Amino acid sequence: MTLAAFLRERSLLVLALLLALLVGIITVVRPGTVTPDWIANTLLFAVPLGLMAGGETLLLLAGGIDLSVASVASGAAYLLSSNAAPLGTTLAVLLGLAAGLLVGLLNGVGVAIFRVQPLVMTLGTGLMAQGALVVYSQKIIGQEQLVPRAVATLGSGKFAGLVPYALFLWLPLALLLILGLRRSGFGRLLYAVGDNEAACRLSGVRVWRVLLAAYAACGLLAAVAGIVLVGTTNAADLSLANVYLLPAIAAAIIGGTSIFGGRGGYGGTIVGALFLTVLDSLLTLLNAPEPVKQMLYGGVILALAAAYTRLTD
Amino acid sequence: MVALRAADLQVRAGEVHALMGANGAGKSTLVKMLTGVLRPDGGSISIRGTPRRFRSPLAARQAGLVSVYQDPALVPDLTIAQNLRLARTPPDVVRQWLGRFGFSALDFATAVRELPLPTLRLIDLARALAAEPDILLLDEITAALPPDLAEHVYAAARQWRSLGRSVIFISHRLAEIAALCDRATVLRDGVTVGVVEPAQGGEERIVALMLGAPPEAAARAGIAAAAAPSGPPALEVQALRCGEKLRDVSFALRAGEVLGLAALEGQGQEELFDCLAGLRRPDAGAILAAGAPQHFHHPADAIRAGLVLVPADRVRALLPQRSVHENIALPLVRRLRDWGGLPMRAERARVAEAVRRLQIDTRAAAEVKRLSGGNQQKVVIARWLACGFRTLLCFDPTRGIDIGTKRQIYALLRELAASGAAVLLFTSELSEIPLACDRVAVLFGGRIVAGMPAAGADEATLLRAAHGLRARAEAPA
Repeated sequence: MTLAAFLRERSLLVLALLLALLVGIITVVRPGTVTPDWIANTLLFAVPLGLMAGGETLLLLAGGIDLSVASVASGAAYLLSSNAAPLGTTLAVLLGLAAGLLVGLLNGVGVAIFRVQPLVMTLGTGLMAQGALVVYSQKIIGQEQLVPRAVATLGSGKFAGLVPYALFLWLPLALLLILGLRRSGFGRLLYAVGDNEAACRLSGVRVWRVLLAAYAACGLLAAVAGIVLVGTTNAADLSLANVYLLPAIAAAIIGGTSIFGGRGGYGGTIVGALFLTVLDSLLTLLNAPEPVKQMLYGGVILALAAAYTRLTD
Repeated sequence: MVALRAADLQVRAGEVHALMGANGAGKSTLVKMLTGVLRPDGGSISIRGTPRRFRSPLAARQAGLVSVYQDPALVPDLTIAQNLRLARTPPDVVRQWLGRFGFSALDFATAVRELPLPTLRLIDLARALAAEPDILLLDEITAALPPDLAEHVYAAARQWRSLGRSVIFISHRLAEIAALCDRATVLRDGVTVGVVEPAQGGEERIVALMLGAPPEAAARAGIAAAAAPSGPPALEVQALRCGEKLRDVSFALRAGEVLGLAALEGQGQEELFDCLAGLRRPDAGAILAAGAPQHFHHPADAIRAGLVLVPADRVRALLPQRSVHENIALPLVRRLRDWGGLPMRAERARVAEAVRRLQIDTRAAAEVKRLSGGNQQKVVIARWLACGFRTLLCFDPTRGIDIGTKRQIYALLRELAASGAAVLLFTSELSEIPLACDRVAVLFGGRIVAGMPAAGADEATLLRAAHGLRARAEAPA
């Protein structure tokens, strides 16, 4: 087998090796950094990214994309923290989730029924959500902002001081996504729609339903990510999750999900999300100035995405 | 996977040379090497005695080898003129050739997207001829052409031969090979198994070489007359009208019957099949399935009524990156209630049964795009075997498929009919109609102009009817 063929068949393994390499670099550059505590924190920081990238994975597989995930996550977080005091924790969380679901459904209706190009549609709803959030924040000025204890625990607490509670949310969801993509009719249809919509139609599949459900699920996952994130930062602001937009899509793509649809899976996305989180932490450890950090981060993502696309085509 | 092991091909100057082989024999791989798309692992290519190494399709072109590929090589959103400019082809020469093909009125400012497939094929041909190649490679160009247009291809090939140049001609139609080609090289399993002169009764030898078995073994398999049909028709069409082309079509199709449909290009057959499959809504008329009137808004409605479509274009029906299994099982998850957990074991059994019945070669089962054309077509049919149906609508299912697979498909249609299915079969290969059908209807100008038992429907009779000529007596002088 040639090297290229090997890399193609085992791209996930290669990414996992790169991840190990990054961790190796960290132990060399800053000995003593990699401790159980560091691992726990890295996993915790990877959770919001992993959840948002999960939604993107569903959509990329189906030939779509969602540029509104960051706004949705920020919005869910903000709605939660500004309504926790009057409504109570449960209702506030539900409100945040409902907002995510609503934007997701809106995206789905636009893309699946009115056939708006996904990039355009989700860019539009993202901007609208951001705008609505600003208007809302001005309306409720002076109202108490509160991150409920349960949410803070979810976003920053650790079971037995070691295992982040967020993992107890992420792991079952990840399992559900991985199994669902492989073993459910809906999962099968996501791949099918992403590979050839016309063939799906000929086979009696109502494509719009699949797309609508996928966009709704992506919105919901983004809202969950926002809630975990606000638990970590313990304060919501209007642009809380904005930095996650590119990484969410990049994690799916460097994890082997094709941007043209029909190929990939959530397992790769998880490794991709961990890789990006560790890369971020390495750049921070190196005390790189923020602009340099951003340039390196973007460069690595582009290089990986380009390498992957070359290998698989 | 090894597609090609030891292929020898010698083409003389002033010769039309056929390259033949069953689907998966390695024809496409050989063509890709000849045209510089793939690089051989071993062996050599020489033109006029000079060894050549093509690093790209452009290099092959410059060496005098120009090809017309299986699918149109034109950018759909550009006009004809713009497409010609892309490849630096002189438009005047192309126009001259197109004039000879009967397309002198073609407007070069038309977007390629708006032209029918046969026109695109002839533009491809004209463009290749305009490059004045020493060797012209025609890869299944006639597969998508109706008989009248195919004649122009033969004429061009003959002219090329008379100029002392060479034509490599790939086709699955034995009749045209016998009429046109001087010699034929036959490939099987990536190896050249023989060079035959098809004109001198070589047809059966070609079939035998391609199949690797004596011709008797491949002869009309299990084609028995269907039981006398009774009960309400599985499908009844009454005064159906759709768009400009389908004007007024009525017929009844009984369970256990294969009804053939013969027509030249664009006589309304596309519209008819689209309406029956739920892809388009008719403007007037009625469709009855098992006696019940139907109004299809989506193919899902047609499938529920038992009508399923095998389209001509396999690419349209398949998920190229997904496995044979997922392709076959696709209709099984079409309903909302199938969205939950998959019944993997039951599904696997159904798929395996369909794969077995159609004898699908599953060596490259992980991605359907790596299967040969014939196997891909079998996957499309297998999908409906796994899902179940009452009436199978086959639109030119053997287009671009080798003779062995063709016979398998016709035998399967007979078998399905014998087990109680109804089959509507449109085919552009009139000579194949008696092989598969009980009755045949001829469509012309959006109306059915003739109907007869398939047994007595020879090619000449059908062709006359398909041109709108009523009876033998009216045949043109």
